[in-house]
Amino acid sequence: MSDTPVDTNKRTWLIASTCAGAVGGVAVAVPFVSTFQPSEKAKAAGAAVEVDISALKPGEKMTVEWRGKPVWIVKRTPEQIESLNKTESQLADPKSERKQDEFTPVYARNQARSIKPEIFVAVGICTHLGCSPSDKFQTGAQPSLPDDWNGGFLCPCHGSTFDIAGRVFKNKPAPDNLQVPPHMYLSDTKLLIGEDKKA
Amino acid sequence: MAEFKEISPDASAGEKLLNWVDNRFPASKLYKEHLSEYYAPKNFNFWYFFGSLALLVLVIQIVTGIFLVMHYKPDANLAFGSVEYIMRDVPWGWLIRYMHSTGASAFFIVVYMHMYRGLIYGSYRKPRELVWVFGCAIFLALMAEAFMGYLLPWGQMSYWGAQVIVNLFAAVPFVGPDLALLIRGDYVVGDATLNRFFSFHVIAVPLVLLGLVVAHIIALHEVGSNNPDGVEIKGPNAPKDANGHPLDGVPFHPYYTVHDILGVSGFLLVFSAVIFFAPEFGGYFLEYNNFIPADPLKTPLHIAPVWYFTPFYSMLRAITSEMMYVLIACVLAGAYFGAARTNLPKVVKAGVVGAAVFVSLLMLSIDAKFWGVVVMGGAVVILFFLPWLDNCAVKSIRYRPDWHKYMYGVFVVNFIVLAYLGVQPPSAIGERVSQLGTLFYFGFFLLMPIWSRIGATKPVPDRVTFTPH
Repeated sequence: MSDTPVDTNKRTWLIASTCAGAVGGVAVAVPFVSTFQPSEKAKAAGAAVEVDISALKPGEKMTVEWRGKPVWIVKRTPEQIESLNKTESQLADPKSERKQDEFTPVYARNQARSIKPEIFVAVGICTHLGCSPSDKFQTGAQPSLPDDWNGGFLCPCHGSTFDIAGRVFKNKPAPDNLQVPPHMYLSDTKLLIGEDKKA
Repeated sequence: MAEFKEISPDASAGEKLLNWVDNRFPASKLYKEHLSEYYAPKNFNFWYFFGSLALLVLVIQIVTGIFLVMHYKPDANLAFGSVEYIMRDVPWGWLIRYMHSTGASAFFIVVYMHMYRGLIYGSYRKPRELVWVFGCAIFLALMAEAFMGYLLPWGQMSYWGAQVIVNLFAAVPFVGPDLALLIRGDYVVGDATLNRFFSFHVIAVPLVLLGLVVAHIIALHEVGSNNPDGVEIKGPNAPKDANGHPLDGVPFHPYYTVHDILGVSGFLLVFSAVIFFAPEFGGYFLEYNNFIPADPLKTPLHIAPVWYFTPFYSMLRAITSEMMYVLIACVLAGAYFGAARTNLPKVVKAGVVGAAVFVSLLMLSIDAKFWGVVVMGGAVVILFFLPWLDNCAVKSIRYRPDWHKYMYGVFVVNFIVLAYLGVQPPSAIGERVSQLGTLFYFGFFLLMPIWSRIGATKPVPDRVTFTPH
């Protein structure tokens, strides 16, 4: 260090101009970071989807795409609906009370998590890390599943299991039940996914 | 400015040219400092090949990458097809692609070996802490580079792997979902994600990586290389010749440049064998599901990351809500130890207990999913702190207490077991084993300040152990 005394006036201006420069730098960073956000085009791509479910037979599932995500429509058999009583005690959130606004619309806050008990509509994306669970409708013992399996879904990524109403079992990585998307019936056989009567 | 050097008019044209350059750019000076007069210990063994091999693989990846970009299309509709086009229609494209995909795995093999060398010989100890820290940063950048590169072929594994890892960020409380949205640029992994990962993979991360490699080498050449004995060859008491050069060192060039040619030959032998005879390496280097185009509606029945991420992925999977109680017990036990068994001031003790209770409450209130992410990130971040965790009196494993060797042995076996479990489908027994493995991994590092002191060390020689052939 030199012994020349510090010119405080000059230093004050140095500090002031450095601060001004830093503010300018941060301001310039804003548009760059903003480009990471979804584009207007991506935001506009969220339109509702109309589905004809007349061909769906009991015990079958169909998948449609809504906002780039798989949406499942399952027509449950009476046995499957009955199984919802048996799984109740093994579930993490049997009454779908967690984060209801996000995962369970008002009309699905029931045991079957659906408007009509036999028709189950859910976003087929695991609430853990976004994999799409696979169908395990076959009951009984099988690999990766408990021996008293009543039918439901198994996520291949981290082994989370869901019952036939998309309710997650206890002690699994997924924290929440599967999301029920906003949906409504246009007629007995026509479903609209992405919109409900409130909207 | 350095003194302007005149050269005799009788000098050759080459000498005159070099003198002209040296007066304007430190060419000879850099050459001497980093090659012909950089003295490296003469007792380097097999493990010391991996540093130069890492540099070689970096060059292979950059060169093959440049050529792949000439034919690849970063577009969700075209990406998968353009990779197949490279494989089938571009002349020799398959070779360049296989070199790049095998190079990615080779990079991690070489880097893991290089890090293990540093671990056993104490190459991270004072004064080499920054060499190690830069190295860990390189490892982190490499993981980012590999992860983003894996999305580009736009196969099923690319797609769902990215979906899972990006969703990890969504587990962060409060800002998580917005953060994941910012990374993807869409509500699911899509074209926007592919384009930005491409940009990061070919420009941003490689630039950071190169800068860090330069910093790693500058720091290394400032403090000098460690060696298998952990003896300082350039210290004030180390024996030197008349010119002040260490007697236990040899100039990097020509001795180690020639020596490394052996390592390079061995490496290229294995590398070429894999490229030509087993480029997919049984689904470990290129996963079979990645030969199916990405389908956002269907997750493959079994998804696993590429092998080099699996130890960390296992630790992520190990954190279930049951495991959280074990972790809370660990935090509270640590706080009890800090408060009851040490001589810290009362204020610090109160702080430790308060922090432990606070963390335990957080652990109870935030999903296990988030803590899984914390554990996975922590497993990498903890490596940065290694220089300050090791309290052993000696550097090298050669002079550490014998039981330390078993400790390192178990660490390696544990790491491999975690890696194996990470490629397997989830199972009850695998979950328990990976939970134990996770506890051991963190225990190894977090308790190192204590265990590294225990046991009698052996006398460290004054000079390196070296027998001329």
